[in-house]
Amino acid sequence: MNWRTTITALVFVPCLVAGAAAAEVAPNDVAFGDDGVSVSLTGVQGDVEAGAAAFKDRGLGNCLACHANKDMSKDLFHGNVGPSLDGVAERYDEAMLREIVINAKQVFTSETVMPGFYSLDVGKDVVKAREGQTILSAQQVEDVVAYLGTLK
Amino acid sequence: MTKRLMTSGLALAMLLAGMVGSRADPVDDTLVIDGQEMISRAKAPEGHPFDEVLSGWLFREGETRALEVDSFENPGMLAVEEGEAIWNTVEGTAGKSCASCHDDASVSMKGIAANYPKWDADSKKPINIELQINKCRTENMGAEAYEFDKGGQRELTAFIKNQSLGVPVQLDLTQGDLQSWWEKGKDVYYTRTGQLNLSCASCHEASMGKYIRADHLSQGQVNGFPTYRLNSGLTSLHNRFRGCIRDTRAEFPKAFSDELMALETYVTWRGTGLSVETPSVRQ
Ligand code: HEC
Ligand code: HEC
Repeated sequence: MNWRTTITALVFVPCLVAGAAAAEVAPNDVAFGDDGVSVSLTGVQGDVEAGAAAFKDRGLGNCLACHANKDMSKDLFHGNVGPSLDGVAERYDEAMLREIVINAKQVFTSETVMPGFYSLDVGKDVVKAREGQTILSAQQVEDVVAYLGTLK
Repeated sequence: MTKRLMTSGLALAMLLAGMVGSRADPVDDTLVIDGQEMISRAKAPEGHPFDEVLSGWLFREGETRALEVDSFENPGMLAVEEGEAIWNTVEGTAGKSCASCHDDASVSMKGIAANYPKWDADSKKPINIELQINKCRTENMGAEAYEFDKGGQRELTAFIKNQSLGVPVQLDLTQGDLQSWWEKGKDVYYTRTGQLNLSCASCHEASMGKYIRADHLSQGQVNGFPTYRLNSGLTSLHNRFRGCIRDTRAEFPKAFSDELMALETYVTWRGTGLSVETPSVRQ
């Protein structure tokens, strides 16, 4: 098998598989480009309200644990491990926001404290019940990205 | 309109409060327990990532800090008293109590816990106070080893450590193979675990002084253990380690496993020079 076939296989097989599975991009098949992740993980437009809910939910995004967000000032206890997300949509476009949520290590450094929410590149000894799973589902990522897009 | 303005004023105030938190870091205060000054800031040992090591007390809210300065107020002192009772209780086939061999703990145990973990030549592993208690029970008292966190293990450990109140933590890493366990513990400290992919250093080094939700992240020092937690009562060190690891959504190691004994050795070293504060009060 020469390099050309290898690359072809790498590039096309996952797309076909993803195509079969209701057009959802699997975590290991996400294409990280220089400008972020430009293709939606599901092809379904993200829902802003559902995104806000996933953002807040301590069992899902739990984003307020680390980020302040003026839009949610009614909720108590905003952390500051990461920067405030006020106006974040003016700092990053959709593709970059998607990349940050999918796997912040792709955007910042491998040292970042921010978890990868749609990544299987995780720490050791993952609790059995979550093995092989991502923190957010593909659609939840799209929803959170849609919500972040409103933070202007 | 006025209402709207007030609400946004409130939001701004909250935001500012959050921002103050980002640079507030530890308080500028001195921990004095019953008139005895504790070392709650110390120059870090060589090779330490920080210049200064800081007690977790400096990161807690005023009311929580106040509970530790007076041993009558400190809810953890009840457990220390229970530990004292155990010290004097005969158990096991040899008909002995701790006091039978060690007499008055305020003399025989003074300063002792500040130098643990030590090297245990018999097991060729580090030994902490809990395991030393078990060793005495099985080898000298003819009693059964305590199970983790059971039967008075926490209370007796708290009593013994309390005899070192104020004494600075200092390990002798030249004992046996302790240095290699320190190295192993350092690996554990910097290894990311769980679905959230965080190491001890992610929270207690990279994010020290910041807020994760309502929690002000300290250096994760161990000089106050067993600690009295306002939510859950007297808490052993290995229980805290396991809790922090669990929070990364990882399976956690067994108490007193090689992994956690290595971690205890390394993290104790990270607090070199801080006074033993047992029982500290934390949220
Ligand atoms: C455990 C901490 C943590 C959690 C939880 C977390 N983040 Fe972050 N985030 C960070 C850190 C730290 C950074 C800064 C990147 C760096 O320097 O490593 C960051 C950066 C960001 C940025 C870029 C901000 C900027 O202005 O540069 C965005 C957007 C973001 N996070 C969104 C989110 C969202 C959405 C969630 C939840 C789904 C989330 N974060 C959860 C720690 C976290
Ligand atoms: C997700 C963040 C996080 C991670 C990862 C983490 N901790 Fe913690 N830890 C906390 C929080 C929050 C507290 C309570 C506030 C404080 O004292 O810092 C705490 C408290 C502690 C304390 C008690 C400090 C005191 O003064 O009583 C110790 C000891 C500790 N951690 C050690 C560790 C070790 C060792 C690891 C790695 C095995 C670790 N932590 C990983 C968040 C974390």
